[in-house]
Amino acid sequence: MTDFNRRDALKVGAGAAAAAGIAGSAEAQQAAPTIRITPERGAQLRVLRWRRFVEGDERAWVANTQKFTQNTGIQVRLDNESWEDIRPKAAVAANVGRGPDIIFGWYDDPHQYPDKLVEVTDLANYLGRKYGGWYPVAQRYGINNNKWMSLPLGCAGNAMVYRIGAVREAGFEQFPRDFPGFLRLCQALKRNNKGVGFALGNAVGDGNGFAHWLVWSHGAKMVDDQGNVVINSPQTIAALEYAKQLYETFIPGTLSWGDINNNRAFLAGELALTANGISVYYSAKTSTDAAQRAIADDLNHANLPIGPAGRATEINLATQAMIFKYTRYPNAAKEYLRFMWEQEQINAWVEASIGYVTPALQAFERHPIWTSDPKVTPYRDSYKNMLWSGYSGPMGYASAASMADYIMVNMVAEAASGARTPQQAAERAAERANRYYRL
Amino acid sequence: MASIPAIPYQSSWRSRLVENKNFLGAVFMIPAAGILLVFLAWPLLRGIWLGFTNATLGREGRFIGLGNFISLAQDSVFWLSVFNTFFYTVIASVAKFALGLWLALLLNHNMPFKAQIRAFILLPYIVPTVLSALAWLWMYDAQFSVISWLLTQLGLIDRYIDFLGDAWNARLSLIVANVWRGIPFIAITLLAGLQTISPSLYEAAALDGATASQRFWHVTMPLLMPIIAIVMTFSVLFTFTDFQLIYSMTKGGPVNATHLMATLSFQRAIPGGQMGEGAAISTAMIPFLLAAVLFTYFGMHRRKWQQGARDD
Repeated sequence: MTDFNRRDALKVGAGAAAAAGIAGSAEAQQAAPTIRITPERGAQLRVLRWRRFVEGDERAWVANTQKFTQNTGIQVRLDNESWEDIRPKAAVAANVGRGPDIIFGWYDDPHQYPDKLVEVTDLANYLGRKYGGWYPVAQRYGINNNKWMSLPLGCAGNAMVYRIGAVREAGFEQFPRDFPGFLRLCQALKRNNKGVGFALGNAVGDGNGFAHWLVWSHGAKMVDDQGNVVINSPQTIAALEYAKQLYETFIPGTLSWGDINNNRAFLAGELALTANGISVYYSAKTSTDAAQRAIADDLNHANLPIGPAGRATEINLATQAMIFKYTRYPNAAKEYLRFMWEQEQINAWVEASIGYVTPALQAFERHPIWTSDPKVTPYRDSYKNMLWSGYSGPMGYASAASMADYIMVNMVAEAASGARTPQQAAERAAERANRYYRL
Repeated sequence: MASIPAIPYQSSWRSRLVENKNFLGAVFMIPAAGILLVFLAWPLLRGIWLGFTNATLGREGRFIGLGNFISLAQDSVFWLSVFNTFFYTVIASVAKFALGLWLALLLNHNMPFKAQIRAFILLPYIVPTVLSALAWLWMYDAQFSVISWLLTQLGLIDRYIDFLGDAWNARLSLIVANVWRGIPFIAITLLAGLQTISPSLYEAAALDGATASQRFWHVTMPLLMPIIAIVMTFSVLFTFTDFQLIYSMTKGGPVNATHLMATLSFQRAIPGGQMGEGAAISTAMIPFLLAAVLFTYFGMHRRKWQQGARDD
């Protein structure tokens, strides 16, 4: 980092140099935080972002970027890639030393090649102080070795998506918040012939979302704080026993479900309860078909119930911006990120994407989008409610590889479907995880 | 002393060289050899090398000897993928061959609209694999399968079939999709082979009193055998290394029941970032592939078979 610091023209105000402030907590704001970044002359930027999940997201992002170009004269080329293709591209860019100046990566990406990234501690501290602090898990994602190496943007949240009528008919006025209540609801829905289904196939988003939540909520985890594999534990067995009971209430086929199956089934009226991002609601609400809009009217969301662990244990698709060291314009890149993270831009973007991405800065909780439509409110807390990939161990190659290999998803699927006993499934998961963690 | 006679000697050496057929042959082969080396041999060798390193995506690893292979040998998912690959290849290849040959024999008869029907048969092969995979995915959907719907309407089943959610159903469903896609290639190639068989041989056999089945086994099969050997070699190769169909339909699920070595290799190397291990899985395919190809090729190429004699 020394090389960068020497030519870095940043002048950080309001005591940002204080290393103690790294966590960017909501420390008292004596003065409005400021930061001055001087972009390099003639700078141009190439930015690689995941392809939109909802149409408004891209529209607003492009508009904000154009505004940045108007203000600064810095041309920005925005590229999109399918969200699953970003990780390998970012890894290759990092390691061959060429590619986009900024990449919006996922989960533990910045922890796989922190030495290839431009430190953004000053920027993260500035934003943290200005916008109510970063959520603790954002600090986990952003900070590597006491330095911010990436700038958390937010997460695509996951919540229970349910049909109001069906849940009421099952005898629940409120969506249950605890596990016994949740199981009773699923059983009642099944008795009433209302579909319940969660993805148990090799589904990157939904499969991982369901399996991690279920296991973590029982206090079980893949690895401990030091990265030792501890998945074969009584807590895991309890989680898998619970999964078995839940699975009995599922509609057939969930073992083969990818990320899109539950959306389709829900919108076709075959499902009354699943877990998903806001996309189901978004498609139903914006549909020209009256039947779809009727589904939107009868649809609501709830945060994932809290299990024996006594705390929220979601895993949501966290995305962070990484500036690569090979960029010729590190300051322009930082200035771009600063601009895009400022309230005016973030607000317009959150609004246009109707809350598909929950920002990682706490002040943005207060955006009216989260409360103007109460059905959206659960997604407001998605960032707050989540743990990090590879919890509770360090992030890096092992956590990324374990998730890519669907170890957690497979374990839950094996035990839930009865293909293996919970004990066997946990043993096998431990064996598979050890292959990555013991390296 | 040496420089004066060197001039005429050199020129004659050059002109002789330029006129030398062996030399010219080698020179003209350089571009082709270069392309093969750069685009085929180098990636293959590099892939094999990567299998012996602990490289991660984009990051050069260091040589770890058989480390990846030893680790894979203890990995139950890897062995499951080896089993799946063999099961998939054997069943799909045999089915494709049987149905393809049958189709070729049918198409070899004179019938109206022959050319159109032959062109039509090729359709599954022309459609991009990913598109046909999507169509199959809908047909196999747990909730919206047209097959299940039809069977329910006919009263044959009372609940939808879980085509891709059950391990064996998923394996067989993918094999059906692969067979559907692979038949045209085999049928059309075998048809071309059938048309090279002289009708006079059939006439002679008929005059000798051979039955239809005898004509098939003693005239058609032996003469078709060289084509069959080539077609089946390619078919086995394509099936063994299939990726698109599996990855777009199940991503190897449910619980790795349909992971082939190719899909597992990709999953570990690209989304998982473990290039070394992914390359090791690919490298592990090579001996199996070679064995499969050699078996099909030499097995079917034996002259005795081609001449209609029995194996002894």
